[in-house]
Amino acid sequence: MATDAGTLVPPPGERYTGAIITDKIADLVLVRPMHAGYYVGFIVTAAFTLLFIVAITYLFTTGVGIWGVAQPVAWAFALTNFVWWVGIGHAGTFISAFLLLLRQHWRTSVNRFAEAMTIFAVAMAGLMPILHLGRPWFFYWLIPYPDVMNVWPQWRSPLVWDIFAIATYIIVSILFWYMGLIPDLASLRDHARTRGKQVAYGLAALGWRGEARQWHRFETAYLLMGGLATPLVISVHTVVSLDFSFGLVPGWHSTIFPPYFVDGALYSGFAMALVLAVPMRKVFRLEDFITRDHLAKMGTLMLVTGLIVAYSYMVEAFNAYYSTDLYEIAMMRNRYFGPYAPISWSVILCNVLIPQALWSKRLRRNPLALFVLGLVVLLGMWLERFMIIVASLERDFLPSAWHMFYPTFWDLATLAGSLGAFAFLFLMFLRFLPAISMSELRKDVRQETIRAGTHT
Amino acid sequence: MPPPVTEASGSLAMRARQRFWRSLSEAEGIPDATLPRPIDTRFAPNRRDFMKLMGASIALAGVSGCSHGSLEKIVPYRAGPAEQTYGKPVFYASVLPRDGYGVGVLVETNMGRPTKIEGNPSHPASLGATGVIEQAAVLELWDPDRSQTVKHGGTIATWNDFLAALQAQFDARAGTKGTGLRILTETIASPSLHAQIQSVLERFPRAKWHQWQPLNDDNLHDAAEMVYGRRLDTVCRFDRARIVVAFDGDFLDDAPASIRCALDFATRRHAHAAADARSRLYAFECTPTLTGAAADHRLPIQAADVGAAIAQLARALGATTVDVANVLPDAWIAAIVADLRANRGASIVVAGRRQPPHVHALAHVVNAHLGNVGNTIVHVPPAADDPTNQLASLRDLVEAMNGGAIDALLILGANPVYTAPADLAFASALAKVPFKVHHGLYVDETADRCDWHVPAAHPLECFGDLRAFDGTLALQQPGIAPLYDGKSAHELLAALAGDTTRGNRELVEAYWQRERASDFAAFNDRALREGIVDGSTPEPINVALRGDLAAVLAKATPSQPPRAADDIEIVFVADPRIGDGRHANNAWLQELPKPLSQLAWDNAALIAPALARRYGMENEDIVEIRVGGRRIEVAAWLMPGVPERSITLALGFGRTRAGHVGNGHGVDAYAIRTSDAPWFAGGVAITRTGRKHALACAQTHHAMEGRDIVRTFTLGEAQACTPDECGTPRYRNERTLYETPPTGPYAWAMSIDLSSCIGCGACTIACQAENNIPVVGKAEMRNGREMHWIRVDRYYEGDIADARALFQPVPCMQCEHAPCEVVCPVEASVHDAQGINVQVYNRCVGTRFCSNNCPYKVRRFNFFQYTDDVPGLDSQRNPEVTVRMRGVMEKCNYCLQRITNAKIAADVEGRRLRDGEVVTACQAACPARAIVFGDLADAQSEVNRRKSSPLDYALLAELNTRPRTTYLARVTNPSPALAQSTQQSRRREAPPAGAVDTRPRADR
Repeated sequence: MATDAGTLVPPPGERYTGAIITDKIADLVLVRPMHAGYYVGFIVTAAFTLLFIVAITYLFTTGVGIWGVAQPVAWAFALTNFVWWVGIGHAGTFISAFLLLLRQHWRTSVNRFAEAMTIFAVAMAGLMPILHLGRPWFFYWLIPYPDVMNVWPQWRSPLVWDIFAIATYIIVSILFWYMGLIPDLASLRDHARTRGKQVAYGLAALGWRGEARQWHRFETAYLLMGGLATPLVISVHTVVSLDFSFGLVPGWHSTIFPPYFVDGALYSGFAMALVLAVPMRKVFRLEDFITRDHLAKMGTLMLVTGLIVAYSYMVEAFNAYYSTDLYEIAMMRNRYFGPYAPISWSVILCNVLIPQALWSKRLRRNPLALFVLGLVVLLGMWLERFMIIVASLERDFLPSAWHMFYPTFWDLATLAGSLGAFAFLFLMFLRFLPAISMSELRKDVRQETIRAGTHT
Repeated sequence: MPPPVTEASGSLAMRARQRFWRSLSEAEGIPDATLPRPIDTRFAPNRRDFMKLMGASIALAGVSGCSHGSLEKIVPYRAGPAEQTYGKPVFYASVLPRDGYGVGVLVETNMGRPTKIEGNPSHPASLGATGVIEQAAVLELWDPDRSQTVKHGGTIATWNDFLAALQAQFDARAGTKGTGLRILTETIASPSLHAQIQSVLERFPRAKWHQWQPLNDDNLHDAAEMVYGRRLDTVCRFDRARIVVAFDGDFLDDAPASIRCALDFATRRHAHAAADARSRLYAFECTPTLTGAAADHRLPIQAADVGAAIAQLARALGATTVDVANVLPDAWIAAIVADLRANRGASIVVAGRRQPPHVHALAHVVNAHLGNVGNTIVHVPPAADDPTNQLASLRDLVEAMNGGAIDALLILGANPVYTAPADLAFASALAKVPFKVHHGLYVDETADRCDWHVPAAHPLECFGDLRAFDGTLALQQPGIAPLYDGKSAHELLAALAGDTTRGNRELVEAYWQRERASDFAAFNDRALREGIVDGSTPEPINVALRGDLAAVLAKATPSQPPRAADDIEIVFVADPRIGDGRHANNAWLQELPKPLSQLAWDNAALIAPALARRYGMENEDIVEIRVGGRRIEVAAWLMPGVPERSITLALGFGRTRAGHVGNGHGVDAYAIRTSDAPWFAGGVAITRTGRKHALACAQTHHAMEGRDIVRTFTLGEAQACTPDECGTPRYRNERTLYETPPTGPYAWAMSIDLSSCIGCGACTIACQAENNIPVVGKAEMRNGREMHWIRVDRYYEGDIADARALFQPVPCMQCEHAPCEVVCPVEASVHDAQGINVQVYNRCVGTRFCSNNCPYKVRRFNFFQYTDDVPGLDSQRNPEVTVRMRGVMEKCNYCLQRITNAKIAADVEGRRLRDGEVVTACQAACPARAIVFGDLADAQSEVNRRKSSPLDYALLAELNTRPRTTYLARVTNPSPALAQSTQQSRRREAPPAGAVDTRPRADR
């Protein structure tokens, strides 16, 4: 296999064997002391997690009025965060399931942490619609359950569809992730030196012994799960996009939203994967596993999805004018020349213009550049969601109702807190679970060495 | 309070009820407030406990309202049930003061709690409608900030303490016949109160009675004296007038008669008024007002030019020879003169009360010249007792105080420390008076500087009588016994006259027993039931112009002094919501956006955009205004329609002792208002301070953006209209994927006539009172979180210097294809079989998707727990309407509770509801009868009749929401001669490229 397929690049004077791979990755969890950077990150993210908890507590005790939402902008940060986080949650499943089905072996190095990223991002996303409810303690009324009043959710509402889409997605994502973890958990059990870890990992490994029969079933089930997860990547953000395109609001009421949102989701997802991968490989010295080739692959994907996003912006603007609908045209003018114009132009800058740098192969292979570009795209995608939600609501049909939205401290605290909590969960994941799939990597290495005609 | 007892039920029932209530309170373990209680010495409350107890005591005051032991007889309105049925409201006819004059009302009480005010159809000042101030009176009644006890030097005292102090004063000055005793009241239009003042003056012949209220009729009365040689009131009959010319005269909003004026005016303005009956209104005004907005032609002129303007018209008509410079364009004068001459006897020339007497005198002259007197203009004896010049009266008082001639001053109701012209320095003069008594609803600025303060009983708590603007008399009766130690003015004056034994009711009845000795019982009963004294409307008086009128006028009319080109004037106006400041603590009124500026909770210097440009000012810039050596700093607000060299500032703000709600909002304009220029003054200097003051504006965008929102047609266009041309396009696409909601026997709908609507906002407050709508405060308002279920949008059209204001009340449209319903995930927004889009508060989880999806943005969300259980205030609430908690969406539901009540009544009688039987709160209050509510299933209903009009249109019909609430386009009646100079009317035409596509979306 050619090197641009993402094979490992053995460092000079060292040969990777299955055992070495297992040792290097398992030691991160079991033995190796944590890097100082990790502790700094841990403390910072823990502080932001605390802020998140404070913001939520204040929110629940006081009401959503602590945010800047008002009339007519009744949705703002929470829904922006929601769509953005769901979007980020896309890349993980895309990488593990889509690329699994397409037999892209380079995915092996990145799928585990990308899946973890998915789960944590979707967890953050799932919180947001609950937080934004006027009476969050009744969130379960959106879930269909038989009760004595025979009251059911209102099935025409996209918010009900959302519940199903998100819940299905997170359940399948967790199962898929956990299933892939089982052989590695067993390895950790076998490598663990303390009783507690042995028991904990042992319980989690569900009695995995690595028999051929188990491997056979595992491979089949994993492929099936991949097949199950793949359509979900498309469906979940399609449903999220319907929250908007189902509405009357000019700027929401659009048929291009499902593909536009799915693609935007992947775009931000790859960006987040890069933003996580670059420091992770540095801090944990995983450069050999997550190579520049891997990063370049993700950069290419980002470029492709980014171009589709740019195309969507053009189509949206074209449609508005082509429709001759007064409100659509007014919305488009307001978006780019109204009070939120700086946001909209930032979106163009971050999502369309700057990422064109990825055409450069040199930059695609430069981890720092990719890290920065990832951040830029993440920012751009958040602003895009904000632009779609807030700038459209701010001026809809009756000018008498138009009113600007301004975020409050608690809006920002909720966003920052969710970022902190996400990072905190990710750091926890790095500390307790193998960040790279050992079993799959070993399989790849074995195939590699077989192909190279050497024997270990 | 115990239920009112009717004449028929007798004393047995009264005793039975007394027993019932007493046993309830005993059973509940509530100590009766009248019984002496053992003092628990261990009880040492902290502030919080104390507040709780205070709250409980207020609540108890409501429960055992008649705790003072005297159960008084009140006669309910004729349509009310003979005896109170548990849970059913009882309506009492009464009368509320508006600038001192009576407006007849029906007070709705629920289990003894006054909760809502409706207009009294029999009363000439109401005819069933109300204004914002009447609607808000119930909130004032329950205001926890009201003064609750007699105070002496700021500490709590008792009525008996006060009486003793009063007696000591009398004793100390025995034999002086009241030398040094002064009484200061506001305008008195109450025969019984006037009689009591007279009896005080009889007891103390050397005492003197002064009057002062800032919104007085001095100019009108002085003008009458100038023209007719006697002080009299002029009643304008707008229902008879085809041509109205208003010179700074806001008769629709700023007058004691404005509710009636609006009603009369609307009879010739509504969308289907016959073409030959339709009136035309010309308005020359400085500050944009409702009258100017209603006008067919409005010309902004400076307040100082109004005198010259009316003189120019009078001269053009040949009514006078007074010669001053011309200020109005010749084309306007020619058009108006032609109109007036063609409508002799059917026109009105009216001036505003802030214009000096010679302006009113000229109006009288013109009206007389046109033969309007006796037709559209009726002269009646003054409704106010002793209509003296109040400014002169106050000046006398201040001079006497400064001269040390006053030993004792009783201030009844007035707040002169706050409202007196600044140059009189009332507060410092007051300090020289040894014995000062204040009587008022609040411990206000004046009460603070008086030795004694006696809390006033609220008009909803006492008996009395008031004359309306036309002299019609009505009796006042309480809806509840005084909540606190409030005393009526009658009781205070009686104490002054030496009678400390009789209560408010006995005093009023004693007066009427004297007056109507022969038939008192029948008279009293009938007057209280009807809310009006039959036959009390005075006959019009025939007066002749004074012989020396020309000379008097020439003398009175100032020659227009040459003004510097950049001379700026300041104009003081009554705030359209809180008046002269007396309603400053009324949160409903404070939060109701002012009709034209849409500001709430503040006053601002209203300036023309051109002036702002010249000074580099923006909205919310704090500017320093200096006039005559006095200065204030106030935020500027750019306002189309203000003349370029004019600044308007509303009175009533900057209160320091209004209460928790009113303190500190806005800036006190009285600080620069002097007695020689009480309404407008030139020579103003303005400078920017560089600071900003945040203002809460309910509507931040003012243009219609080329959208089809408020439709206006000229009369000619309206007559030529076909439904296809100017009405709602018929729905061509009936297909829907969803099940249509079931239909029942009724299909409720509403029609709002934009031709009659004057934009006053009475509907908003009526709705707020009816539907327990919370107040959110200035900060939340600025955030855009106001809760009003029906808002009155104001758009500007045309050139910014001469913009035309258009009003549009927007309640929930009750869409048949409601966009809110499909997006609610929990089925909290649903359709009922009567066609009402109802909100199930209990089910709402607060996703707010419905609000986002509502194209009309009429849904309101409880972002916080806005409805706090403030003891006292919660007694105002309508028991038939759920109080919403935080996190719940709410909105207009066509007063569902009223529909249900009417349906129950009809069901009992086994019949269908008749048209007009259900009246929504907004409809009932509307002084212009712009709102009609009814049943679409009834082919004969008024609402069907309106909807079959070619002028009927649905807002945003192109969205195919199929609203049940539709509008009648605004029809204007511009003068053909001036048509070129006014804005083009907006006519629905084939949309130009890029304009609104009015086809239903599904058809595109």
